[in-house]
Amino acid sequence: MTSSAIALPRVSSRPTAWLSQHTPILAVVAVLFVLWYLAAFFMNAPLVRDAFERNEVKYTFSELVAGTMEAQRPVVPAPHQVAAELYDSIFGYPLDSRRNLAYHAWVTLSATVVGFAIGAIFGIVLAILIVHLRTLEKSLLPWIICSQMVPILAIAPIIIVVFGAIGIRGLFPKSIISAYLCFFPVTIGMVKGLTSPDPIQLDLMRTWSANKLQVLWKLRWPASIPFLFASLKVSVTISLVGAIVAELPTGAQAGIGARLLTGSYYGQTVQIWAALVCAAVIATVLIAIIDLIAKWTARRMGATP
Amino acid sequence: MARASSPPTSTQTAARMTSQPATGASRAANASALTVDARGVSLTFQTRDGAVEALANVNLQISDGDFVSFIGPSGCGKTTLMRVIADLERPTAGTILVNGVTAEEARLKRQYGYIFQAPALYPWRTIERNVMLPLEIMGYPANERRERMQRYLKLVNLSGFERKFPWQLSGGMQQRASIARALSFDPALLLMDEPFGALDEIVRDHLNEQLLRLWDQTGKTVVFVTHSIPEAVFLSTKIVVMSPRPGRIIDVIPCDFPRDRTLEIRETQEFIKIAQRVRSGLRSGHSYDE
Ligand SMILES: Nc1ncnc2c1ncn2[C@@H]1O[C@H](COP(=O)(O)OP(=O)(O)OP(=O)(O)O)[C@@H](O)[C@H]1O
Ligand SMILES: [Mg+2]
Repeated sequence: MTSSAIALPRVSSRPTAWLSQHTPILAVVAVLFVLWYLAAFFMNAPLVRDAFERNEVKYTFSELVAGTMEAQRPVVPAPHQVAAELYDSIFGYPLDSRRNLAYHAWVTLSATVVGFAIGAIFGIVLAILIVHLRTLEKSLLPWIICSQMVPILAIAPIIIVVFGAIGIRGLFPKSIISAYLCFFPVTIGMVKGLTSPDPIQLDLMRTWSANKLQVLWKLRWPASIPFLFASLKVSVTISLVGAIVAELPTGAQAGIGARLLTGSYYGQTVQIWAALVCAAVIATVLIAIIDLIAKWTARRMGATP
Repeated sequence: MARASSPPTSTQTAARMTSQPATGASRAANASALTVDARGVSLTFQTRDGAVEALANVNLQISDGDFVSFIGPSGCGKTTLMRVIADLERPTAGTILVNGVTAEEARLKRQYGYIFQAPALYPWRTIERNVMLPLEIMGYPANERRERMQRYLKLVNLSGFERKFPWQLSGGMQQRASIARALSFDPALLLMDEPFGALDEIVRDHLNEQLLRLWDQTGKTVVFVTHSIPEAVFLSTKIVVMSPRPGRIIDVIPCDFPRDRTLEIRETQEFIKIAQRVRSGLRSGHSYDE
């Protein structure tokens, strides 16, 4: 207390406290923006210079800088260009329009959430089976690991085509692909979590002659919760990647993946970057939501503050 | 008080009789009243660096209502013997009966409460939910779970800490909570593995007195592991002295103070004599090893 009172001339009010708490984050963000702007300048400069020279126009350095910041089809768009594109494509069109980025984000997000739910439940069930049936661990685990080594870009079209052949299109096949990708970390994390109780905690259950279901529900499951949330945080981003990848090879009409595809088709780098930023924001929000639930659960389960 | 002046009860007599090297006749007479009957029990652990012989030919009879202490050097197999009684470990030779049935059957019938060396409370459960856990597993109705939890938390002086999590309690309080948990389903046999090992002398004395009162009032059978000679003599009706590894029983010392004994008996001549016999037993065990 005393040392901080000496260091700070005034009693810190709430906003300054917030500022000092988040200074490292803000500093990193600032550095990233500076790097981004520098990259935009150096990557676009040859382009802009060529354009000036082609038209045989004299240009100053500041005109060159301005050119790199406002290029129509930049190699690397400047942050403010991406921000403007984001704003235009979200607020410039009605929500259900194909041209609205929010519409595409929603399409991808819904596939992500459904896929994540399927993957998480599948991963948990698999882990429970593996923990309870030793034989399964030997017979199943190699296949699970194999399944993760097959490149998803090779599998995704197969899944989409197979589902399409039996008349299932749209969200569900995409969800399956993202579930396929995201169950794995959950299985691995939960096998570790379900086997994490101390021998002595298991012995207690034995002295009460608890059955397997009780041991699972009253000991293994609660003991595995921290592991569960750690792996869910990994797998939710993977599931978003899965949903986007599933939109790429099939020429999907909607979704962030489709947006990336059309963007690269027409050389709309700004549009691609806006879609990427949008995906990053979705991932961040999803992780934040899981983090919140994790904290709330931990508090209810008596975690030390 | 009434107990002390009255003639010894039948269980006490049984305790005395079996504390002598058991004869065929006394065994037959007490066959139904034996809580623990171990014959020729040996246990060898197979570990990566060879076999570890933890118990060698242990014969032990514990009668209903006895308070039996195991005492012996660290690593001599006291915990292992307790775990064999609790069917947490299977002997590699010999037989063990608990309440006249195999140790496994006794475990499945939930006939004992086990208190481990560490409190082993589940950290995500509050104290009250920890104490109610065995009751949940055994299918007691909710109102009875609550009623028993309150009764036994009061018994171990933890009323008011129901809603705390284990980490909010001191080590001694946690151990008391684990005792309440073991008592909650009212088992006739209590297996206590150095329950007070980590506590200071004063708290320990206090808990010892409480434990004695509980044992006296409920007629439970207690098997108790300790490193402390005075604790063993103060609590027990029978002291089992064990040798260093592999654990053998060197001496079984009867200890016939009245059931409602108080801490004052520690000043008596008889107490000191028994303590000396325990100590010499422990010493002979050591020389045996060398
Ligand atoms: N699971 C096990 N695997 C291998 N060896 C074991 C195992 N459990 C115990 N032992 C060995 O058996 C011997 C007896 O152990 P035990 O825990 O019964 O001793 P103890 O008398 O309870 O000691 P302490 O007083 O220190 O608690 C020890 O030498 C120990 O190394
Ligand atoms: Mg021990």
